[in-house]
Amino acid sequence: MGKDAAMSGANGAQGADSTVFINVRLIDPASGRDEPGGLLVADGVIADLGGHLRRNAPAGAAVVDGQGHILCPGLIDAQVYTGDPGQEHRETLKTASFAAAAGGVTTIACMPDTEPVIDQVALVDYVQRRARERAIVNVSIIAALTRGLKGEELAEIGLLQRAGAVGFSNGKGSIANTRIMRNALLYSKDFGALIVHHTEDPGLSNGAAMNSGEVATRLGLPSVHKAAETIVLERDVRLVEITGGRYHASTISCAESLAVIRSARSRKLPVSCGVSINHLTLNENDIGSYRTFYKVRPPLRSEDDRVAMVRALAAGDIDVIVSSHDPQDADVKRRPFAEAADGAIGLETLLAAALRLYHADEIGLLPLLRAMTINPAKLLGLPGGRLEKGAPADLLLFDPNQPWVVDREQLRSRSKNSPFDEQKLQGRVLKTMVAGRMVYQYGS
Amino acid sequence: MSTAAPPSLYFPGRHLLTCEGLSAKEINSLLDLADRAADTNKQVNKKRDVLRGRTLINLFFEVSTRTQASFELAGKRLGADVMNMNVATSSVAKGESLIDTAMTLNAMRPDLLVVRHHAAGAVELLAQKVDCSVINAGDGAHEHPTQALLDALTIRRAKGRIAGLTVAICGDILHSRVARSNIHVLNAMGARVRLVAPSTLLPTGIERLGAEVYTDMWKGLEGCDIVMMLRLQRERMEGNYVPTSREYYHFFGLDQEKLDCAKPDALIMHPGPMNRGVEIASTIADHSRSVIREQVEMGVAVRMAVLEALARHLPNH
Repeated sequence: MGKDAAMSGANGAQGADSTVFINVRLIDPASGRDEPGGLLVADGVIADLGGHLRRNAPAGAAVVDGQGHILCPGLIDAQVYTGDPGQEHRETLKTASFAAAAGGVTTIACMPDTEPVIDQVALVDYVQRRARERAIVNVSIIAALTRGLKGEELAEIGLLQRAGAVGFSNGKGSIANTRIMRNALLYSKDFGALIVHHTEDPGLSNGAAMNSGEVATRLGLPSVHKAAETIVLERDVRLVEITGGRYHASTISCAESLAVIRSARSRKLPVSCGVSINHLTLNENDIGSYRTFYKVRPPLRSEDDRVAMVRALAAGDIDVIVSSHDPQDADVKRRPFAEAADGAIGLETLLAAALRLYHADEIGLLPLLRAMTINPAKLLGLPGGRLEKGAPADLLLFDPNQPWVVDREQLRSRSKNSPFDEQKLQGRVLKTMVAGRMVYQYGS
Repeated sequence: MSTAAPPSLYFPGRHLLTCEGLSAKEINSLLDLADRAADTNKQVNKKRDVLRGRTLINLFFEVSTRTQASFELAGKRLGADVMNMNVATSSVAKGESLIDTAMTLNAMRPDLLVVRHHAAGAVELLAQKVDCSVINAGDGAHEHPTQALLDALTIRRAKGRIAGLTVAICGDILHSRVARSNIHVLNAMGARVRLVAPSTLLPTGIERLGAEVYTDMWKGLEGCDIVMMLRLQRERMEGNYVPTSREYYHFFGLDQEKLDCAKPDALIMHPGPMNRGVEIASTIADHSRSVIREQVEMGVAVRMAVLEALARHLPNH
């Protein structure tokens, strides 16, 4: 939607063709840049940036005084579930995009778990058209790897990619059939297509409500051992080894999985991995007395696992942080824990929740932002995620220190299942720009 | 009509089980003989008597129309008594083992046994147990020697040579016995072999048999003299090795656009039966450069040559 948004920005309410951010702290994880300066936007792209623009606004450009706050590439969220099409009462592309804009997210990669499943070219076209018409941020599509996400027959990977799909996933389910997974990797390699896989052995995880361990035992909940994740991941890595397919484990959550990823990396395999913000900032104890907003997939793990994930992120072993935004309405969440739906919304709280790790001195700003900007951009082959001349003007201005308390009723998502509800977070999105057009301004 | 073979005939083998290891000299000998048979087949009286008194049994464990008919015709034109064993309704269906079937047939004293079987290696196993000459008419995904020879004959007649030509074999290489036999024959004859298929339809290590592998058909056909298409077995393919026949046709079906990547005089071949609109566009199948019908014609000639060559080693008393 880049071009269209640029056009509408140029002709729309903003009026000016160009905007200059002055007096900002420029942070660009792609280049390692972290310096005071300014940035000029013209025709929807970054026209200039650097220290020389810190105080000097070019004539004719609309001036935004950043007051020393951070200007960085807009966040790219590589895993967002919406209900569009088919479950619009949970979330539409439009409402998801408003939540994204308020969270500083300028690109959302939508998962194929919709009704119908995004497994055909016509549906990719449909989502792209809906996004163009309704969404205020960029929408990328991760299409179904298998027809109907059933894990039985390959979807039309070549044709879907030509239609614009940036990756292929089996959604919330793992592919159980090893031969299908092998053929998927082998076939997608010919197209350079990326496979994004949720790793969880269905035989082990079926019926489980949370992570195995003391907490699950006390609560009397059916549980799944974290090995269910590592087993599938290990199998997949073996398959990558024999096929050469590009593979991304979408949301790993335990220390054992990290060992598999590190080993794959040391063998130079085309393997990468992501982690959800929930698994970086929450653990199984947060479930407390059956709080279903903490019921997610994979389930929240122990504190040891959470710490291992954060350390791996700081060390660069984890490539991408996703919100794993998964809107669920009250009907499916206000149920006994084991019967409640999985999923938590997270677009609007992604940045502030991630900054918890920064404020706790667990990770620096650059590596933290890298996992939400340039890394997902490279993974999905997107032009954004970087501050450089000619790159799309997808930008985020934020104050890393400003505290606020999450009130789920104030969140823009159509569903309100936030695990951060009533929590104090530190770090406020001030402005979000997509292709040169301001799509969110704090307080207005 | 002359029954004398050209003096140059050189084919020392007792059976024809595989193309692996055949020399250019042996192949050329068979093709020379087949050339003569092809000429004979154009005449009103196609019948010769080099196999008079001989018994040829067609033993087909797998359904076949064209290969079986082709062997039957070849045997009859050379004067042999031909019997077709319909194995699906025979004692094999009642649970008889392959070896027992072989021993039973052997007791009927055939001279030539043409065998097709769904399991790779089955024909060779059978050949070890019988006293007659055995011809492999296709064993699993292993080999189909007479198909490769008829392809070679078709190419040689159309192009005047095989050495130095670039041949692209396209499609389901993984399950194809035709591809494997062709790789051996074409390499022996000095052609360059390319294989074009999605990675899911390429068996591991196939390049070691003497071929360059392409997963992009546009690149694979660039500068080719021959485009040889293989049949896609839709029922067992779809969703597993390739997503759909629609996608397969888009990326690996032979249409005018992809054919334009090959040389302007490139020939189009297909061992049949074709899935029009899946691996080959209907207009391409009927293209002026298509030699698909010639392949069928050469099939009879090549099988006559093979029968005649093997019959020379049969005891005469």
